[in-house]
Amino acid sequence: MMNGNDREPAANVWAGGLILAVLAAICTALVAFTYRITAPRIAANEQAYLEQSLAPLLEGIPYTNSLSESTLVIPPPHELPGKGPAIVYRVYADDKPVAALFVVTAEDGFSGPIKLLIGIDTSMSITSVRILEHRETPGLGDLIESSKSDWLTQLDNTSLEAPPRDSWSIKRDGGVFDQLTGASITPRAIIKAVKRTLLYFEENRDSVFETEPPSQNGPSA
Amino acid sequence: MTDNNTILQTFRNGLWDDNPGLVQLLGLCPLLAITTTFVNGLGLGIATLFVVTCSNVLVSATRAWIRSEIRIPMYVLIIASLVTCIELIFKAYMPALDRTLGIFIPLIVTNCAIVARAEVFASRNPIGASMLDGLAMGTGFAALLCAIGAFRELIGRGSIMANLDMFFGGEPLSGLVIVDGGFLLAVLPPGAFFSLALAVAGKNHLDRRRKNAAKQGDRIHVR
Repeated sequence: MMNGNDREPAANVWAGGLILAVLAAICTALVAFTYRITAPRIAANEQAYLEQSLAPLLEGIPYTNSLSESTLVIPPPHELPGKGPAIVYRVYADDKPVAALFVVTAEDGFSGPIKLLIGIDTSMSITSVRILEHRETPGLGDLIESSKSDWLTQLDNTSLEAPPRDSWSIKRDGGVFDQLTGASITPRAIIKAVKRTLLYFEENRDSVFETEPPSQNGPSA
Repeated sequence: MTDNNTILQTFRNGLWDDNPGLVQLLGLCPLLAITTTFVNGLGLGIATLFVVTCSNVLVSATRAWIRSEIRIPMYVLIIASLVTCIELIFKAYMPALDRTLGIFIPLIVTNCAIVARAEVFASRNPIGASMLDGLAMGTGFAALLCAIGAFRELIGRGSIMANLDMFFGGEPLSGLVIVDGGFLLAVLPPGAFFSLALAVAGKNHLDRRRKNAAKQGDRIHVR
């Protein structure tokens, strides 16, 4: 093989490149095929998981509308956490707004973005927070999942007044919220994202509820 | 040498004599990180088994075109595509397990046990033998993942085989709860190292005892 390299390096490079290109094409086809087969099921799974996750955020809040029909998609750029579009499920009781559920993304998780579901009622306090999607370390950062530990419950019933907005960070950063043993980046990212969502809702409460679904334009921040 | 004997020997190698985790000490990152419960170990074990078998078949099928200077990119291409496929399949059919294993499914790409089988075996052997080798090595790795997962779950949480519903769907299963709570260290990273060390030491001990027994048996026979 080394001899071949010495004699005809150019031919070798082309042949190697060609083999790699053909193999890449085959492999891409394989992935594309699998993607086509699984895509509808994956989308359905995510939808089901979302609906299942929405319920506990509205415990004790009576509402009358269908959540999936009151969806508001806020395209970027917006003031909410996350680079992509943010989703708001608006909750009404007899046409009166009672709460809003935000799907936002904390981009600064330990291993990539963390997708969060944040429930805020119209008195500006958090009903509950859930994790939708994350890639945090199993056994450490993944304790943010409500099925694995009750870390997230400390956010229940908080607002920008209680605790005061200057204390909206983890204890290591001088705030009031507990971090997780062995993982402070993950909790920090989540607390930051929740605070930003609260600030956004405070500024844009009326426009969030007034915009008719489906909306093309996000409320101006 | 009959065919059955070869098959048996291949599986013996994969499961015991040449186990990728216990003897070759390859793929330790996912092995140590994911084995906090039996079901996690089983999930990653099956995913790895699938990837190593398919990658062995594909590498063996393309071995006529493999040139030494581009063999590593070829292996990576094949393994990465297979891992992407299995990640999609997990997301579609076992979403709960996919959420638990998280980043460690895509990270199968970096499991050096798989590249090692491609390089050492599949690139030099026919498709059938390579598939068998992949099955045996994958089973060996999966068995070790399950064993360490079960051990750590038992010590750390006091349960066995909890959350098997992640695989089969249906109602959440708490498995066999022996004691409530447990010795938390076992599910933390140090517990992973201790468990692996115990497994390797245990295997070596058994091997040595068997060797000594065989030697003594020989001596008696000679006398």
